[in-house]
Amino acid sequence: MDKYAGNSLTAGALRYRSESPKKAGGWLGSGSRQMETGIEFLLKLSAFIGILAIILISLFIFAQGVPLIFKIGWLDFIFSLKWSPSQGSYGIGAMLVGTLVLTISSLAWAVPLGISTAVFMAEIAPARIGSILGRMIELLAGIPSVVFGFFGLIIVVPFIRNYLGGNGMSVLAGAIILGIMILPTIISISRDSILAVPKEYKEGSLALGATHMQSIKGVILPAAKSGIITAVILGMGRAIGETMAVVMVTGNSTMIPGSMLDPLRTMTSNIVLEMGYAAGDHQAALFATGAVLFVFIVILNLVVSLSIKEGKNYAE
Amino acid sequence: MDNLKLKSESIKVYYKDFQALHGVYMNIQANRVTALIGPSGCGKSTFLRTINRLNELIAGTRTEGQIYLDDKPIYDKDLDVVELRKEIGMVFQKPSVFPMSIYENVAYGPRIHGIKKRSQLSEIVEKSLKAANLWNEVNDRLNSPAARLSGGQQQRLVIARVLAVEPQVILMDEPASALDPISTSRLEELISELKKHYTIVIVTHNMQQAARISDYTGFFLNGDLVEFNRTDELFVNPRDKRTEDYITGRFG
Amino acid sequence: MLNSNIQDRVIRGLMWLSGLLVVAILFIIIAYISLKGISAINLDFIFDLPHRAGKEGGIFSTIISTIYLTLASLIIAVPLGVGSAIHLEEYARRDSFFARLVNLAAETLAGIPSIVFGLFGFVFFVIYLNLGWSVLSGSLTMAIMILPTITRTSQEAILSVPAEYRENSLALGASKWQTISKVVLPSALPGIITGVILSIGRAIGETAALILTAGSSLGMPAGLLDPARTMSVHLYILAMEGISMERAFGTAFLIIVLIVIINYLANLSLRRMSPAGRLQ
Ligand SMILES: Nc1ncnc2c1ncn2[C@@H]1O[C@H](COP(=O)(O)OP(=O)(O)OP(=O)(O)O)[C@@H](O)[C@H]1O
Ligand SMILES: [Mg+2]
Repeated sequence: MDKYAGNSLTAGALRYRSESPKKAGGWLGSGSRQMETGIEFLLKLSAFIGILAIILISLFIFAQGVPLIFKIGWLDFIFSLKWSPSQGSYGIGAMLVGTLVLTISSLAWAVPLGISTAVFMAEIAPARIGSILGRMIELLAGIPSVVFGFFGLIIVVPFIRNYLGGNGMSVLAGAIILGIMILPTIISISRDSILAVPKEYKEGSLALGATHMQSIKGVILPAAKSGIITAVILGMGRAIGETMAVVMVTGNSTMIPGSMLDPLRTMTSNIVLEMGYAAGDHQAALFATGAVLFVFIVILNLVVSLSIKEGKNYAE
Repeated sequence: MDNLKLKSESIKVYYKDFQALHGVYMNIQANRVTALIGPSGCGKSTFLRTINRLNELIAGTRTEGQIYLDDKPIYDKDLDVVELRKEIGMVFQKPSVFPMSIYENVAYGPRIHGIKKRSQLSEIVEKSLKAANLWNEVNDRLNSPAARLSGGQQQRLVIARVLAVEPQVILMDEPASALDPISTSRLEELISELKKHYTIVIVTHNMQQAARISDYTGFFLNGDLVEFNRTDELFVNPRDKRTEDYITGRFG
Repeated sequence: MLNSNIQDRVIRGLMWLSGLLVVAILFIIIAYISLKGISAINLDFIFDLPHRAGKEGGIFSTIISTIYLTLASLIIAVPLGVGSAIHLEEYARRDSFFARLVNLAAETLAGIPSIVFGLFGFVFFVIYLNLGWSVLSGSLTMAIMILPTITRTSQEAILSVPAEYRENSLALGASKWQTISKVVLPSALPGIITGVILSIGRAIGETAALILTAGSSLGMPAGLLDPARTMSVHLYILAMEGISMERAFGTAFLIIVLIVIINYLANLSLRRMSPAGRLQ
């Protein structure tokens, strides 16, 4: 029996395509080709928006800030410790130190804790615990900075005030909160780079009679080095740029802090605190502060892309 | 009586610096099955993919020569490849169903070619599935995901999807290589039915299969079409020593 | 031998401890804010407008402002981000100068601190384009901030769509754009949605950039050109100016609830990306 009987696809009513005007136009496509070109152009345009944004951001921030830097001299602007807008003194030295001190002191505890947690998740914890921990770290990464700042303000600051002295708003409070905030960055990137180390490295080391810990220290961590360095640099970038949480817990005095219990002011805090009412040179000085921050971050990004490239060479 | 459907003239294909085809001439007859055989890497798929100009999607490929579909040159700069591919359907080695329902898979082609009426779509879907010998197995679950079908069913679904576009030519690149023996024989049966209405070009590694289902066979070696003839001739009376070696299994 | 064994155990113990410590930190933050915040939450808190600078009443206008700003920035950023991902993955040659520039721009944008975006949004949208402190200025600024996230996740999602889908669709006579819009994008949708959800999280939490671009007016924004105060900005002002700690706790709690929900949804849509779950 011919299964085909009665439902020929080439004959009769089903030749729908021969009815369509496009087919009648034959081999040359009609308007649809122009539509394709138009869409392709729109897509390219949307890809260009990212580039445009970077160009506009640098242009406008530098245009607002750089003239003032030249007016007072860039050395004076960066290194002078005197920030007193009412007297026309715009030196961000103390803020620069503030940013550095706070960044270093938060990295000081978050890096070791972060790396050791990353090793724990990748190498030691049972798979289930590792993945639960991963979910929790994602959650930690999602909590907004203002909530961290609020938590610091109501828990960390009073704790320091009551048990360690000072008024609580301090380098220490900032370092604790900022350290918590950069933990997810450090942990997740380090963990990924540890997981990316080929299994054979570890097995080779274990086969030589090394213990698991010796293998981690001797083989796995060195192999994951460039990833871990990337993690630390990105964490550093996040710490330098963080604003709200820092404003809320560090007290914001424009003096260079003498101890961990003293207050400090970072470059980012300076901008958010004074932008609301600044005008003229004062406002320009805040933009100049932003320009310095921007340059810092771009340099860090370059370092990261370079270290990633280097890491790839090493792996090859 | 055979009618010429496709005619390839001096087709040369380059992948960057590597030349995969060295000038292939072939006449493909309408409503016949033409099989392409040859050892791995000899250029069968490459040739097949020049017929619907799918090769040019790979960056760095260059094609020279000309192919005529009913006298119309397909390597013509004014040709709309989209229109060409409506006339020349293709079935790949690995059945690749879209992540949609069975119905939507078959309706995909008609939809993009402008059919909107649900009743007309349903009609096309049913006829295509029937023509691909799949209707009886799936007509009660047209809206379930196509990926749940077995491999053999998926391959027939892919064929139904091609039929729904109403091509004149169907290219098949080792369509049975991922199928079990039963699915394979069903597929061969289907191909023999389809050739009443379509021109079929099929790449296969299975020489018995080529002998069973094809009317013409071309033997490729290292980018050359060594021999092309009626299948009964080529398998019984190969003219070239290399063809003989290959089909008798004495090759390399 | 014994010595190294003991050392091994000590290090192992320390690592368990560090994992625990991280969990404890997260737990303490969420538990403390929830315990203190949940008592502030009731229908009035959510649906009443704030009075006396937020000292009394609820936070309804800040909830609405948050929704406005989030939606508006998504409407701007999603087409642009998905569009550039399509361009990069489907049209551009990977090593072309333009593609590398786009990637570099996305990388740089992702690293810029929000306060710098705030400065830019202030001088460009608020002053130069004269949009004032407004929902529009704020969402344009935020759109630029979430653009890299959406571009990246969409790129990954598009990349994970099997090449055979494209070949099959093109071989059926579909045009390139038909193939992309009817096969590639639907298959990539769960990944794209994940990016969108993550961006919502970022938009809800953003504060520094919005203070400088959307202002901090407590009124209910009636249009795109009205100023607006989001929940996060409200929390900052309540806490820093000591206006009402109870309401600050309530706001913080609501923000955390939203973030937990968003996190859950992001994970859910990520899991739907697996081949088995992708089918309808
Ligand atoms: N994308 C590509 N880039 C570079 N070289 C390619 C590419 N595709 C195929 N080739 C080369 O072209 C030649 C012909 O390949 P083709 O796929 O046409 O062979 P085939 O006869 O179909 O083999 P098989 O039976 O294994 O499918 C081979 O040498 C192959 O290595
Ligand atoms: Mg092949």
